[in-house]
Amino acid sequence: MGTHDGPGIRFVVFLQGCNLNCLYCHNPDTMKTSGGTEYEIEDLVQKAIKMKSYFGKNGGVTVSGGEPLLQSKALIQFFKRLKEEGIHTNIDTNGRVLNHFTKTLLDDYTDLVMLDIKHMTEEGYEFLTKKRHKQTTFTFADYRESTGKKMWLRYVLIPEITNKPELLHALGAYFKDFNSIEKIELQPYHKLGVHKWEALGMDYELKDARENTEEELEAAENILKQYFKDVKRN
Amino acid sequence: MNKMEVKKFKPGNWTNQIDVRDFVVTNITPYQGTHDFLVGPSERTNKLWEICKAATLEERKNNGVRALDTETISTVSAFAAGYIDQENEVIVGLQTDELLKRTMKPFGGFKVVQKALAEHGVKPNDKLTELFSKYVKTHNDGVFDAYTTEIKKFRSLGFLTGLPDNYARGRIIGDYRRIALYGVDALIESKKADLEAITGPMTDAKIRLREEVAEQIKALNEIIALGNTYNLELNRPAETAQEAVQWTYMAYLAAVKEQDGAAMSLGNVSTFLDIYIENDLQEGLITEEEAQEFIDQFVMKLRMVRHLRMGAYDEIFAGDPTWVTEAIGGLFEDGRTKVTKTSFRFLNTLYNLGPSPEPNMTILWSQDLPQNFKNFCSKVAIDTSSIQFENDDLMRASRGSDDYGIACCVSHQSLGKSIQFFGARTNLAKTLLLAINGGRCEITGTQMVDGIDPIEGDVLDFDQVMANFKIAMKEVARVYNDSMNIIHYMHDKYYYEKAQMALIDTNPSINIAYGIAGLSIVSDSLSAIKYAKVTPIRNEDGLTVEFKIEGEFPCYGNDDDRVDVLAANAVADFNNELKELPVYKNADPTMSVLTITSNVAYGKKTGATPDGRAKGIAFAPGANPMHGRDANGAIASLNSVAKINYEDSQDGISNTFSIVPKSLGADEQDRIDNLSTILDGYFSRNAQHVNINVLNKETLIDAMEHPENYPQLTIRVSGYAVNFVRLTKEQQLEVITRSFHESM
Repeated sequence: MGTHDGPGIRFVVFLQGCNLNCLYCHNPDTMKTSGGTEYEIEDLVQKAIKMKSYFGKNGGVTVSGGEPLLQSKALIQFFKRLKEEGIHTNIDTNGRVLNHFTKTLLDDYTDLVMLDIKHMTEEGYEFLTKKRHKQTTFTFADYRESTGKKMWLRYVLIPEITNKPELLHALGAYFKDFNSIEKIELQPYHKLGVHKWEALGMDYELKDARENTEEELEAAENILKQYFKDVKRN
Repeated sequence: MNKMEVKKFKPGNWTNQIDVRDFVVTNITPYQGTHDFLVGPSERTNKLWEICKAATLEERKNNGVRALDTETISTVSAFAAGYIDQENEVIVGLQTDELLKRTMKPFGGFKVVQKALAEHGVKPNDKLTELFSKYVKTHNDGVFDAYTTEIKKFRSLGFLTGLPDNYARGRIIGDYRRIALYGVDALIESKKADLEAITGPMTDAKIRLREEVAEQIKALNEIIALGNTYNLELNRPAETAQEAVQWTYMAYLAAVKEQDGAAMSLGNVSTFLDIYIENDLQEGLITEEEAQEFIDQFVMKLRMVRHLRMGAYDEIFAGDPTWVTEAIGGLFEDGRTKVTKTSFRFLNTLYNLGPSPEPNMTILWSQDLPQNFKNFCSKVAIDTSSIQFENDDLMRASRGSDDYGIACCVSHQSLGKSIQFFGARTNLAKTLLLAINGGRCEITGTQMVDGIDPIEGDVLDFDQVMANFKIAMKEVARVYNDSMNIIHYMHDKYYYEKAQMALIDTNPSINIAYGIAGLSIVSDSLSAIKYAKVTPIRNEDGLTVEFKIEGEFPCYGNDDDRVDVLAANAVADFNNELKELPVYKNADPTMSVLTITSNVAYGKKTGATPDGRAKGIAFAPGANPMHGRDANGAIASLNSVAKINYEDSQDGISNTFSIVPKSLGADEQDRIDNLSTILDGYFSRNAQHVNINVLNKETLIDAMEHPENYPQLTIRVSGYAVNFVRLTKEQQLEVITRSFHESM
């Protein structure tokens, strides 16, 4: 159960497998598309129902990862069952998958999308994620906007890498008129996930990055408040 | 009652007979709004509180006692009036003529008084010593005259601990509102009529009741005398809000002058007082500032209540608690909320005067409480870690009363209609070890219980252990019941609570309140025996000294039915044994899963257990999962506790829950919303009680090192809260080893 993965108290399902290799990933064990434990969809639904008394008015189920949309087809079945049970559904995604199944999943069964905007420049995007074509994420955002359904943005603040005034202004300028966006969540970079990389025998390239100072966080928040009505630090 | 003046308030049954509930139901103004109307402390309140803070600091620096009286037996009217700073006091009254002075109440046990005084280098005056040594008998003397050899054995070896046989039992809640609503004259009149009606044939019970009511009438006259020392006309009903608060406080003050019971709850006065406050506000007689000032100063006085205790008392009730428990909120049977603006004003004292363990504010949580009130309670819990929550929906339905207080920590008590006989608790983990050691104490080898065969074979067999455990429970219950009957017979005889009982109906219903400690140890031990392979290692006398555990087993606290059902069944089984036994005054047996802070002392007296716990290690408190074993997050832990059936443990099921702020949510609003949601979720599963601490472990560690920086740091421990810096080092460390949930 989590309180930092969407609105309210949520039953969080982490899906194995990702299409990016973000340097700061705090769940590097979910990057590979192999491994993980296979669950029957109905078992997960039952687990969620068991926790329903804690969802209250706002909570529900969040699928995170890894990149959950890699399993869009299976998620349709999962979310369909959750909606039958009256449970709020949320997907935490990097927005790099947008196929026929994804669209059905998003349009018919997903109450909220939390879209992670990695970087506002192609170079920065490639540096952080080891993949090119940041535009796919923006295309995804445009699609969600076109459906009129709810979306939150998430943005990881790393000093000198993503927490720079010009990048924050670019982020604000691009999304300021989106009606679908309820809020933007700023996630201050932290090193809590580093031990997982080491445990997996993986090289943590962001070793030299530092955590934000309070002033840097406030400055970033203030810039984004010029563009969004709800800016929140997670 | 016919002389009552009823001009301001809507009449009802309360105008014809003593029925405070009816007055509240008829005249309440429920409040659905937010806390925005609340105001800060007045200048007068601030001045008084500065004096109290300085006095409290002096007390802490002076080995926990600021002043002692060695001359006077404390009774309702024994002391002259006392003030903090008279010109700034809008609510007056102290237990003695001096702030924080502790007094002798020797009828519980004179030796206890002597010992407590000796620990501070003084002794009672010679005349009293002579009286109590030669001529006057106390509760403690009576109990030990009647105790059997068997009871003494169970007591000294730690099977029964904390019994109120050398201190006052407490737990009785006078309906302190009665003095404000009716005035003492009317109450005397009513008791006199009751006394007249108790006629022959003169059985033991009738004779006793006549004597008790006569004592109550004397106490009521003493309360008038107490009022006179402060120039208060307590003989008549209160007419204004200030008087209503003052009269109610005087009624409570009478109780804590006469008695030093472990827990002396206040009841549920906030909703009652709101009626007077609302009336005076409506009539323009007072302002919100004054309304808050009455409550701030009332609460300040409640924070200053003190009793004389000996050092050993601290083992079972750490941190010098008084349990001035005030129940706030809840619903009436008709579905209306009992939340009023004064419910908020009481909670607001935790801001105006800062966090504090006393009064022990207890929120009666219903799914249908106004959301604004729910969220304010969550905010207060997050900001202060000073309040606890109990399930109003559950208790109201199960106990059939919507006008109740909480006795001590967790126990429902219908106000003015019922009382309880407090009975501390038995050590259920040690009882389980009897089952594995042929009925012998695992530490001394003393034969405690007959009829339990020694265990055959090396590996423990679940069915055989369970069969033996049931025999052990039956026998321990029998001895426990014997001790309780003796204790309460003697308490009534030698230390009768006449001032409190004068404010309760003449023939109230009675609960006898048994308790158990070590539930999580028992359930995890049974789980280990059932799901893993447990081999006892025995000494040359054949007593278990350690257990070899091979394989995995589920632990209580992870929402795993395999073990949670073992916990629920252990509670039901022991409760059923207790229900079979005859009780003094035909009281109705109830049981609690509550340890106060005796979980540490119990652990010390208990050998190694089959769950892998080593000899001497502290138990988890109350119904809590064992520290560190509830590893699946906060909600899984709560869900396990919620599975214990309240019907099997109607005296209460205490759960103390600590969570770090961050795991409740990213910002204040999220944390408030999420805590309200968790409480809704937990109580919707028929859980009964939870203490909420929202703290980082680092704060507590820092407070251990720099107590001077944390004079008011408050933490919920087990059904009550303590000033963290007043705990012993050992108790502080125990609190720090508890699970602080970092994930939901």
